[in-house]
Amino acid sequence: MKVVVVDYGAGNLHSVSRAVVNGGTRPLVTSNPSYLHDAEAVIVPGVGAAADTMSNLRASGFVEPIRDYISSGRPFLGVCMGEQALFEVSEEGGEHECLGILPGRVVRFANGLKVPHMGWNQVRIVKPHPIFDGVTDGSYFYFVHSYYPQPADPDVVIGQTEYGVNFASVIARVNIVATQFHPEKSGEVGLRMYANFLKIAATTGVS
Amino acid sequence: MLTKRIIPCFDVADGRVVKGIRFLNLRDAGDPVELARAYNDEGADELVFLDIRASPERRDTAIEMVRSIANEVFIPFTVGGGIRSPEDVRQMLESGADKVAINTAAVENADLVREAAERFGSQCIVVAIDAKRLAAGSWQVHTYGGVGGGTPVEIDAVEWAGRCAEAGAGEILITGMDADGTQEGYDLELTRAVSEAVRVPVVASGGAGEPEHMYEVFVKGKADAALAASIFHFGTHRIRDVKQYLAERDIPVRL
Repeated sequence: MKVVVVDYGAGNLHSVSRAVVNGGTRPLVTSNPSYLHDAEAVIVPGVGAAADTMSNLRASGFVEPIRDYISSGRPFLGVCMGEQALFEVSEEGGEHECLGILPGRVVRFANGLKVPHMGWNQVRIVKPHPIFDGVTDGSYFYFVHSYYPQPADPDVVIGQTEYGVNFASVIARVNIVATQFHPEKSGEVGLRMYANFLKIAATTGVS
Repeated sequence: MLTKRIIPCFDVADGRVVKGIRFLNLRDAGDPVELARAYNDEGADELVFLDIRASPERRDTAIEMVRSIANEVFIPFTVGGGIRSPEDVRQMLESGADKVAINTAAVENADLVREAAERFGSQCIVVAIDAKRLAAGSWQVHTYGGVGGGTPVEIDAVEWAGRCAEAGAGEILITGMDADGTQEGYDLELTRAVSEAVRVPVVASGGAGEPEHMYEVFVKGKADAALAASIFHFGTHRIRDVKQYLAERDIPVRL
Protein backbone atom coordinates (compact mmCIF):
# COMPACT_ATOMS: atom_id res chain seq x y z
CA MET A 1 0.00 0.00 0.00
CA LYS A 2 1.30 3.44 -0.91
CA VAL A 3 1.12 5.55 2.22
CA VAL A 4 2.35 9.12 1.87
CA VAL A 5 3.33 11.34 4.78
CA VAL A 6 3.28 14.93 3.56
CA ASP A 7 6.51 16.77 4.36
CA TYR A 8 5.90 20.50 4.14
CA GLY A 9 8.58 21.42 6.65
CA ALA A 10 6.51 20.98 9.79
CA GLY A 11 8.40 18.83 12.25
CA ASN A 12 7.44 15.58 13.96
CA LEU A 13 7.55 13.65 10.68
CA HIS A 14 9.89 11.22 12.31
CA SER A 15 7.37 10.11 14.93
CA VAL A 16 4.50 9.96 12.46
CA SER A 17 6.55 7.88 10.07
CA ARG A 18 7.60 5.53 12.89
CA ALA A 19 3.98 5.14 13.99
CA VAL A 20 3.04 4.10 10.44
CA VAL A 21 5.93 1.63 10.35
CA ASN A 22 4.66 0.28 13.65
CA GLY A 23 1.31 -0.26 11.92
CA GLY A 24 3.03 -2.53 9.42
CA THR A 25 3.63 -0.25 6.41
CA ARG A 26 6.65 1.76 5.43
CA PRO A 27 5.39 5.20 4.36
CA LEU A 28 6.87 7.52 1.79
CA VAL A 29 7.76 10.78 3.52
CA THR A 30 7.90 13.31 0.74
CA SER A 31 7.88 17.00 -0.07
CA ASN A 32 6.93 16.20 -3.67
CA PRO A 33 3.17 16.76 -4.20
CA SER A 34 3.10 14.60 -7.34
CA TYR A 35 3.29 11.50 -5.15
CA LEU A 36 -0.28 12.18 -4.05
CA HIS A 37 -1.54 11.12 -7.50
CA ASP A 38 -1.35 7.43 -6.89
CA ALA A 39 -1.22 7.41 -3.08
CA GLU A 40 -3.58 5.01 -1.34
CA ALA A 41 -3.44 6.76 2.00
CA VAL A 42 -2.21 10.26 2.88
CA ILE A 43 -1.24 11.63 6.26
CA VAL A 44 -0.76 15.34 6.92
CA PRO A 45 0.98 15.84 10.28
CA GLY A 46 1.85 19.16 11.80
CA VAL A 47 2.93 21.16 14.79
CA GLY A 48 3.30 24.89 15.20
CA ALA A 49 1.22 27.78 13.93
CA ALA A 50 -1.63 27.89 11.41
CA ALA A 51 -0.14 30.71 9.37
CA ASP A 52 3.11 28.78 8.92
CA THR A 53 1.28 25.55 8.17
CA MET A 54 -0.73 27.17 5.40
CA SER A 55 2.13 29.17 3.94
CA ASN A 56 4.34 26.06 3.98
CA LEU A 57 1.63 23.96 2.34
CA ARG A 58 1.24 26.67 -0.31
CA ALA A 59 4.97 27.16 -0.86
CA SER A 60 5.51 23.43 -1.28
CA GLY A 61 2.65 23.17 -3.76
CA PHE A 62 0.51 20.83 -1.67
CA VAL A 63 -2.74 22.82 -1.47
CA GLU A 64 -4.36 21.72 -4.74
CA PRO A 65 -2.97 18.15 -4.68
CA ILE A 66 -4.41 17.67 -1.15
CA ARG A 67 -7.82 19.02 -2.25
CA ASP A 68 -7.77 16.77 -5.32
CA TYR A 69 -6.68 13.79 -3.27
CA ILE A 70 -9.45 14.23 -0.70
CA SER A 71 -12.15 14.75 -3.32
CA SER A 72 -11.03 11.53 -5.00
CA GLY A 73 -12.40 9.71 -1.94
CA ARG A 74 -9.13 8.09 -0.85
CA PRO A 75 -8.34 7.81 2.89
CA PHE A 76 -6.89 10.90 4.52
CA LEU A 77 -5.57 11.40 8.05
CA GLY A 78 -4.88 14.87 9.43
CA VAL A 79 -3.03 15.30 12.73
CA CYS A 80 -3.06 18.46 14.87
CA MET A 81 -2.25 21.27 12.41
CA GLY A 82 -3.11 18.75 9.71
CA GLU A 83 -6.59 18.70 11.19
CA GLN A 84 -6.97 22.45 11.66
CA ALA A 85 -5.82 23.11 8.09
CA LEU A 86 -8.91 21.30 6.76
CA PHE A 87 -11.22 24.09 7.92
CA GLU A 88 -12.04 27.39 6.26
CA VAL A 89 -10.39 29.93 8.51
CA SER A 90 -8.02 29.92 11.48
CA GLU A 91 -7.93 32.79 13.92
CA GLU A 92 -4.35 32.00 14.87
CA GLY A 93 -2.22 35.12 14.43
CA GLY A 94 -5.02 37.10 12.77
CA GLU A 95 -7.27 35.49 10.19
CA HIS A 96 -5.79 32.84 7.96
CA GLU A 97 -7.49 31.12 5.12
CA CYS A 98 -7.09 27.34 5.35
CA LEU A 99 -7.92 24.55 2.92
CA GLY A 100 -11.68 25.03 3.27
CA ILE A 101 -12.49 21.34 2.90
CA LEU A 102 -14.61 21.29 6.06
CA PRO A 103 -16.88 24.22 6.92
CA GLY A 104 -15.95 25.90 10.19
CA ARG A 105 -13.36 27.98 11.98
CA VAL A 106 -10.34 27.32 14.17
CA VAL A 107 -10.49 29.43 17.34
CA ARG A 108 -8.38 30.05 20.45
CA PHE A 109 -9.17 28.71 23.91
CA ALA A 110 -10.69 31.75 25.59
CA ASN A 111 -11.63 30.39 28.95
CA GLY A 112 -8.93 31.67 31.29
CA LEU A 113 -7.21 28.28 31.27
CA LYS A 114 -3.54 27.79 30.56
CA VAL A 115 -2.64 27.83 26.88
CA PRO A 116 -1.28 25.74 25.23
CA HIS A 117 -3.57 22.92 26.27
CA MET A 118 -0.62 20.61 26.88
CA GLY A 119 -0.65 17.07 28.17
CA TRP A 120 -2.83 13.97 28.37
CA ASN A 121 -6.56 14.40 28.14
CA GLN A 122 -9.50 12.10 27.52
CA VAL A 123 -11.41 11.58 24.32
CA ARG A 124 -15.12 10.82 24.58
CA ILE A 125 -16.28 8.80 21.62
CA VAL A 126 -19.50 10.47 20.48
CA LYS A 127 -19.95 8.43 17.31
CA PRO A 128 -18.67 4.97 16.43
CA HIS A 129 -16.04 4.85 13.69
CA PRO A 130 -13.52 2.19 12.59
CA ILE A 131 -10.70 4.55 13.65
CA PHE A 132 -11.77 3.75 17.24
CA ASP A 133 -11.53 -0.04 16.87
CA GLY A 134 -10.08 -1.32 20.14
CA VAL A 135 -9.96 2.21 21.60
CA THR A 136 -11.80 2.48 24.91
CA ASP A 137 -14.13 5.43 25.39
CA GLY A 138 -12.37 7.95 27.63
CA SER A 139 -8.84 6.92 26.61
CA TYR A 140 -6.06 9.44 27.17
CA PHE A 141 -4.22 11.09 24.29
CA TYR A 142 -1.43 13.65 24.14
CA PHE A 143 -2.46 17.18 23.18
CA VAL A 144 -0.40 20.30 22.47
CA HIS A 145 -2.38 23.16 20.96
CA SER A 146 -3.72 26.63 21.63
CA TYR A 147 -6.48 26.62 19.02
CA TYR A 148 -9.25 24.15 18.29
CA PRO A 149 -11.68 23.58 15.42
CA GLN A 150 -15.35 24.55 15.55
CA PRO A 151 -16.93 22.55 12.74
CA ALA A 152 -20.04 24.18 11.28
CA ASP A 153 -21.49 20.72 10.79
CA PRO A 154 -21.75 18.92 14.17
CA ASP A 155 -22.16 15.62 12.33
CA VAL A 156 -18.43 15.47 11.57
CA VAL A 157 -17.51 15.31 15.28
CA ILE A 158 -16.79 11.72 16.35
CA GLY A 159 -14.67 12.45 19.43
CA GLN A 160 -14.81 15.22 22.02
CA THR A 161 -12.46 16.49 24.69
CA GLU A 162 -13.09 18.82 27.60
CA TYR A 163 -10.77 21.71 28.29
CA GLY A 164 -12.91 24.56 29.56
CA VAL A 165 -15.09 23.84 26.55
CA ASN A 166 -16.08 20.57 24.93
CA PHE A 167 -14.20 20.69 21.65
CA ALA A 168 -14.01 18.42 18.62
CA SER A 169 -10.88 16.32 19.12
CA VAL A 170 -11.63 13.71 16.45
CA ILE A 171 -13.36 14.51 13.20
CA ALA A 172 -14.52 12.27 10.38
CA ARG A 173 -16.30 12.84 7.11
CA VAL A 174 -16.48 10.15 4.44
CA ASN A 175 -12.80 9.46 3.68
CA ILE A 176 -11.39 12.04 6.12
CA VAL A 177 -10.27 11.33 9.68
CA ALA A 178 -8.52 14.01 11.69
CA THR A 179 -7.34 14.29 15.28
CA GLN A 180 -6.42 17.35 17.32
CA PHE A 181 -4.14 15.27 19.53
CA HIS A 182 -0.95 13.48 18.49
CA PRO A 183 -1.69 9.75 18.23
CA GLU A 184 1.99 9.18 17.42
CA LYS A 185 2.81 10.56 20.89
CA SER A 186 -0.01 8.84 22.76
CA GLY A 187 1.56 5.47 23.47
CA GLU A 188 -0.20 2.18 22.66
CA VAL A 189 -3.67 3.60 22.14
CA GLY A 190 -2.34 6.15 19.65
CA LEU A 191 -0.47 3.50 17.69
CA ARG A 192 -3.72 1.58 17.59
CA MET A 193 -5.34 4.52 15.79
CA TYR A 194 -2.59 4.56 13.16
CA ALA A 195 -3.07 0.82 12.67
CA ASN A 196 -6.82 1.39 12.37
CA PHE A 197 -6.29 4.09 9.77
CA LEU A 198 -4.05 1.79 7.73
CA LYS A 199 -6.69 -0.94 8.01
CA ILE A 200 -9.36 1.48 6.77
CA ALA A 201 -7.06 2.41 3.88
CA ALA A 202 -6.34 -1.21 3.04
CA THR A 203 -10.03 -2.08 2.89
CA THR A 204 -10.92 1.06 0.93
CA GLY A 205 -8.53 0.09 -1.85
CA VAL A 206 -8.00 2.06 -5.04
CA SER A 207 -10.21 1.38 -7.99
CA MET B 1 -10.03 16.19 32.06
CA LEU B 2 -6.47 17.34 31.47
CA THR B 3 -4.23 15.30 33.76
CA LYS B 4 -1.24 16.32 35.84
CA ARG B 5 1.91 14.91 34.31
CA ILE B 6 4.62 12.85 35.99
CA ILE B 7 7.95 13.27 34.20
CA PRO B 8 11.10 11.29 34.95
CA CYS B 9 14.29 13.14 34.12
CA PHE B 10 17.52 11.49 32.94
CA ASP B 11 20.99 12.97 32.98
CA VAL B 12 22.86 11.89 29.89
CA ALA B 13 26.47 12.24 28.77
CA ASP B 14 27.89 11.09 25.46
CA GLY B 15 24.59 9.47 24.57
CA ARG B 16 24.43 7.40 27.77
CA VAL B 17 22.30 7.79 30.86
CA VAL B 18 24.51 8.51 33.85
CA LYS B 19 23.56 7.98 37.51
CA GLY B 20 22.55 4.41 38.01
CA ILE B 21 19.02 3.28 37.54
CA ARG B 22 18.84 0.78 40.33
CA PHE B 23 15.49 -0.91 40.29
CA LEU B 24 14.50 -1.96 36.83
CA ASN B 25 15.80 -5.24 35.62
CA LEU B 26 17.63 -3.84 32.65
CA ARG B 27 20.29 -5.40 30.53
CA ASP B 28 21.87 -2.00 30.01
CA ALA B 29 20.83 0.67 32.50
CA GLY B 30 22.79 3.30 30.57
CA ASP B 31 20.88 2.86 27.33
CA PRO B 32 18.45 5.78 26.93
CA VAL B 33 16.23 3.79 24.59
CA GLU B 34 15.83 0.86 26.92
CA LEU B 35 15.17 3.20 29.84
CA ALA B 36 12.65 5.23 27.87
CA ARG B 37 10.78 2.07 26.96
CA ALA B 38 10.79 0.85 30.55
CA TYR B 39 9.55 4.18 31.93
CA ASN B 40 6.88 4.32 29.26
CA ASP B 41 5.68 0.92 30.50
CA GLU B 42 5.77 2.26 34.06
CA GLY B 43 3.30 4.99 33.06
CA ALA B 44 5.54 8.03 32.58
CA ASP B 45 3.66 10.85 30.83
CA GLU B 46 6.74 12.40 29.24
CA LEU B 47 10.50 12.05 29.48
CA VAL B 48 13.24 14.64 29.84
CA PHE B 49 16.85 14.03 28.82
CA LEU B 50 19.41 16.55 30.03
CA ASP B 51 22.80 16.42 28.39
CA ILE B 52 25.09 17.33 31.26
CA ARG B 53 28.24 17.44 29.17
CA ALA B 54 26.84 19.00 26.03
CA SER B 55 29.35 20.61 23.73
CA PRO B 56 29.60 21.24 19.99
CA GLU B 57 32.06 18.34 19.59
CA ARG B 58 29.62 15.98 21.21
CA ARG B 59 26.63 17.20 19.21
CA ASP B 60 26.56 14.25 16.83
CA THR B 61 26.35 11.76 19.68
CA ALA B 62 23.47 13.69 21.21
CA ILE B 63 21.61 13.77 17.90
CA GLU B 64 22.17 10.07 17.39
CA MET B 65 20.71 9.45 20.85
CA VAL B 66 17.65 11.61 20.17
CA ARG B 67 17.07 9.77 16.91
CA SER B 68 17.18 6.34 18.49
CA ILE B 69 14.82 7.38 21.30
CA ALA B 70 12.35 8.78 18.77
CA ASN B 71 12.50 5.54 16.81
CA GLU B 72 11.27 3.49 19.72
CA VAL B 73 9.33 5.73 22.06
CA PHE B 74 5.81 6.92 21.38
CA ILE B 75 5.37 9.42 24.20
CA PRO B 76 6.66 13.01 24.15
CA PHE B 77 10.21 13.75 25.20
CA THR B 78 12.22 16.88 25.83
CA VAL B 79 15.93 17.33 25.26
CA GLY B 80 18.01 19.93 27.08
CA GLY B 81 21.62 20.88 27.66
CA GLY B 82 23.83 22.95 25.42
CA ILE B 83 21.02 24.37 23.29
CA ARG B 84 22.42 27.75 22.24
CA SER B 85 20.88 28.68 18.89
CA PRO B 86 17.80 28.19 16.69
CA GLU B 87 19.98 25.85 14.65
CA ASP B 88 20.53 23.64 17.73
CA VAL B 89 16.77 23.62 18.29
CA ARG B 90 16.13 22.67 14.67
CA GLN B 91 18.58 19.77 14.80
CA MET B 92 16.98 18.32 17.92
CA LEU B 93 13.44 18.65 16.59
CA GLU B 94 14.35 17.16 13.23
CA SER B 95 16.00 14.26 14.98
CA GLY B 96 12.71 13.53 16.72
CA ALA B 97 12.63 15.46 20.01
CA ASP B 98 9.22 16.94 20.78
CA LYS B 99 10.49 19.82 22.88
CA VAL B 100 13.78 21.50 23.55
CA ALA B 101 14.72 22.98 26.91
CA ILE B 102 16.73 26.19 26.88
CA ASN B 103 18.35 27.46 30.06
CA THR B 104 21.61 29.45 30.12
CA ALA B 105 21.40 30.53 26.49
CA ALA B 106 18.00 32.13 27.11
CA VAL B 107 19.64 34.40 29.69
CA GLU B 108 22.69 35.17 27.60
CA ASN B 109 20.90 35.69 24.29
CA ALA B 110 17.84 37.88 24.80
CA ASP B 111 16.29 37.01 21.42
CA LEU B 112 16.77 33.25 21.39
CA VAL B 113 13.44 32.25 22.94
CA ARG B 114 11.46 34.59 20.71
CA GLU B 115 13.32 33.51 17.57
CA ALA B 116 12.98 29.82 18.35
CA ALA B 117 9.28 30.11 19.23
CA GLU B 118 8.53 32.06 16.06
CA ARG B 119 10.34 29.56 13.91
CA PHE B 120 9.28 26.29 15.50
CA GLY B 121 6.19 27.18 17.55
CA SER B 122 5.84 27.80 21.29
CA GLN B 123 4.73 24.22 21.89
CA CYS B 124 8.28 22.92 21.55
CA ILE B 125 10.16 25.63 23.45
CA VAL B 126 10.65 24.96 27.16
CA VAL B 127 12.57 27.50 29.20
CA ALA B 128 14.32 25.86 32.12
CA ILE B 129 15.08 28.12 35.08
CA ASP B 130 17.33 27.29 38.03
CA ALA B 131 16.35 29.51 40.94
CA LYS B 132 17.88 30.00 44.37
CA ARG B 133 16.07 31.67 47.25
CA LEU B 134 17.40 35.13 48.11
CA ALA B 135 14.85 36.24 50.67
CA ALA B 136 11.21 35.54 51.43
CA GLY B 137 9.31 35.57 48.13
CA SER B 138 12.39 36.26 46.05
CA TRP B 139 14.50 33.87 43.98
CA GLN B 140 17.56 34.54 41.87
CA VAL B 141 18.18 33.00 38.45
CA HIS B 142 21.36 30.93 38.13
CA THR B 143 22.94 29.89 34.85
CA TYR B 144 25.34 27.01 34.18
CA GLY B 145 23.37 24.95 36.66
CA GLY B 146 25.15 21.88 37.92
CA VAL B 147 28.56 23.48 37.49
CA GLY B 148 29.73 24.33 41.00
CA GLY B 149 26.29 25.46 42.08
CA GLY B 150 25.74 27.59 39.00
CA THR B 151 26.39 31.25 38.31
CA PRO B 152 24.05 33.81 39.86
CA VAL B 153 22.71 36.49 37.54
CA GLU B 154 20.87 39.65 38.50
CA ILE B 155 17.45 38.45 37.45
CA ASP B 156 14.43 37.62 39.58
CA ALA B 157 13.27 34.12 38.70
CA VAL B 158 9.52 34.78 38.80
CA GLU B 159 9.86 37.89 36.67
CA TRP B 160 12.13 35.98 34.29
CA ALA B 161 9.56 33.21 33.90
CA GLY B 162 7.00 35.85 32.94
CA ARG B 163 9.31 37.40 30.38
CA CYS B 164 10.13 34.02 28.82
CA ALA B 165 6.46 33.09 28.51
CA GLU B 166 5.83 36.51 26.98
CA ALA B 167 8.63 35.88 24.49
CA GLY B 168 6.99 32.64 23.39
CA ALA B 169 8.09 29.83 25.71
CA GLY B 170 5.34 27.21 25.70
CA GLU B 171 6.32 25.78 29.05
CA ILE B 172 8.42 26.75 32.07
CA LEU B 173 10.54 24.16 33.86
CA ILE B 174 11.35 25.61 37.26
CA THR B 175 13.98 24.06 39.49
CA GLY B 176 14.23 25.16 43.12
CA MET B 177 17.96 24.90 43.75
CA ASP B 178 17.56 24.93 47.53
CA ALA B 179 15.27 21.91 47.39
CA ASP B 180 17.09 20.08 44.59
CA GLY B 181 18.71 16.88 45.77
CA THR B 182 17.21 17.05 49.28
CA GLN B 183 14.31 14.69 48.57
CA GLU B 184 12.41 16.77 51.13
CA GLY B 185 9.88 18.22 48.75
CA TYR B 186 9.65 20.80 46.00
CA ASP B 187 10.00 24.53 46.64
CA LEU B 188 6.25 25.03 46.77
CA GLU B 189 6.36 28.77 47.21
CA LEU B 190 8.59 29.24 44.17
CA THR B 191 6.52 26.89 42.03
CA ARG B 192 3.33 28.64 42.99
CA ALA B 193 4.79 32.11 42.37
CA VAL B 194 5.91 31.07 38.88
CA SER B 195 2.68 29.25 38.10
CA GLU B 196 0.66 32.33 39.03
CA ALA B 197 2.93 34.62 37.01
CA VAL B 198 2.58 32.81 33.68
CA ARG B 199 -0.27 31.53 31.51
CA VAL B 200 1.69 28.57 30.15
CA PRO B 201 2.13 25.17 31.82
CA VAL B 202 4.70 24.94 34.62
CA VAL B 203 6.81 21.87 35.36
CA ALA B 204 8.13 21.74 38.93
CA SER B 205 11.54 20.24 39.55
CA GLY B 206 13.89 19.61 42.46
CA GLY B 207 13.26 17.93 45.80
CA ALA B 208 10.85 15.08 45.13
CA GLY B 209 11.31 12.26 47.63
CA GLU B 210 7.79 11.05 48.38
CA PRO B 211 4.48 10.78 46.50
CA GLU B 212 3.18 13.33 48.98
CA HIS B 213 5.62 15.90 47.57
CA MET B 214 4.02 15.54 44.18
CA TYR B 215 0.58 15.93 45.68
CA GLU B 216 1.74 19.11 47.39
CA VAL B 217 3.34 20.58 44.30
CA PHE B 218 0.14 20.10 42.33
CA VAL B 219 -2.19 21.41 45.02
CA LYS B 220 -0.11 24.04 46.82
CA GLY B 221 2.44 24.74 44.08
CA LYS B 222 -0.20 24.83 41.32
CA ALA B 223 2.18 22.95 39.02
CA ASP B 224 0.95 21.29 35.83
CA ALA B 225 3.62 18.63 35.87
CA ALA B 226 6.12 17.22 38.33
CA LEU B 227 9.60 16.22 37.28
CA ALA B 228 11.69 13.82 39.33
CA ALA B 229 14.85 11.77 39.03
CA SER B 230 16.17 9.86 42.05
CA ILE B 231 12.77 8.95 43.49
CA PHE B 232 12.12 6.88 40.38
CA HIS B 233 15.61 5.88 39.35
CA PHE B 234 16.48 4.43 42.72
CA GLY B 235 13.19 2.57 42.85
CA THR B 236 12.08 4.33 46.04
CA HIS B 237 8.70 4.69 44.40
CA ARG B 238 7.27 3.40 41.16
CA ILE B 239 5.58 5.83 38.81
CA ARG B 240 2.39 3.81 38.79
CA ASP B 241 2.23 3.78 42.59
CA VAL B 242 2.74 7.54 42.72
CA LYS B 243 -0.05 8.02 40.22
CA GLN B 244 -2.31 5.71 42.17
CA TYR B 245 -1.57 7.72 45.33
CA LEU B 246 -2.47 10.94 43.49
CA ALA B 247 -5.63 9.48 41.96
CA GLU B 248 -6.84 8.43 45.41
CA ARG B 249 -6.48 12.07 46.44
CA ASP B 250 -8.47 13.40 43.50
CA ILE B 251 -5.53 14.60 41.44
CA PRO B 252 -6.35 13.82 37.79
CA VAL B 253 -3.68 11.49 36.40
CA ARG B 254 -3.47 9.12 33.46
CA LEU B 255 -3.58 5.58 34.81
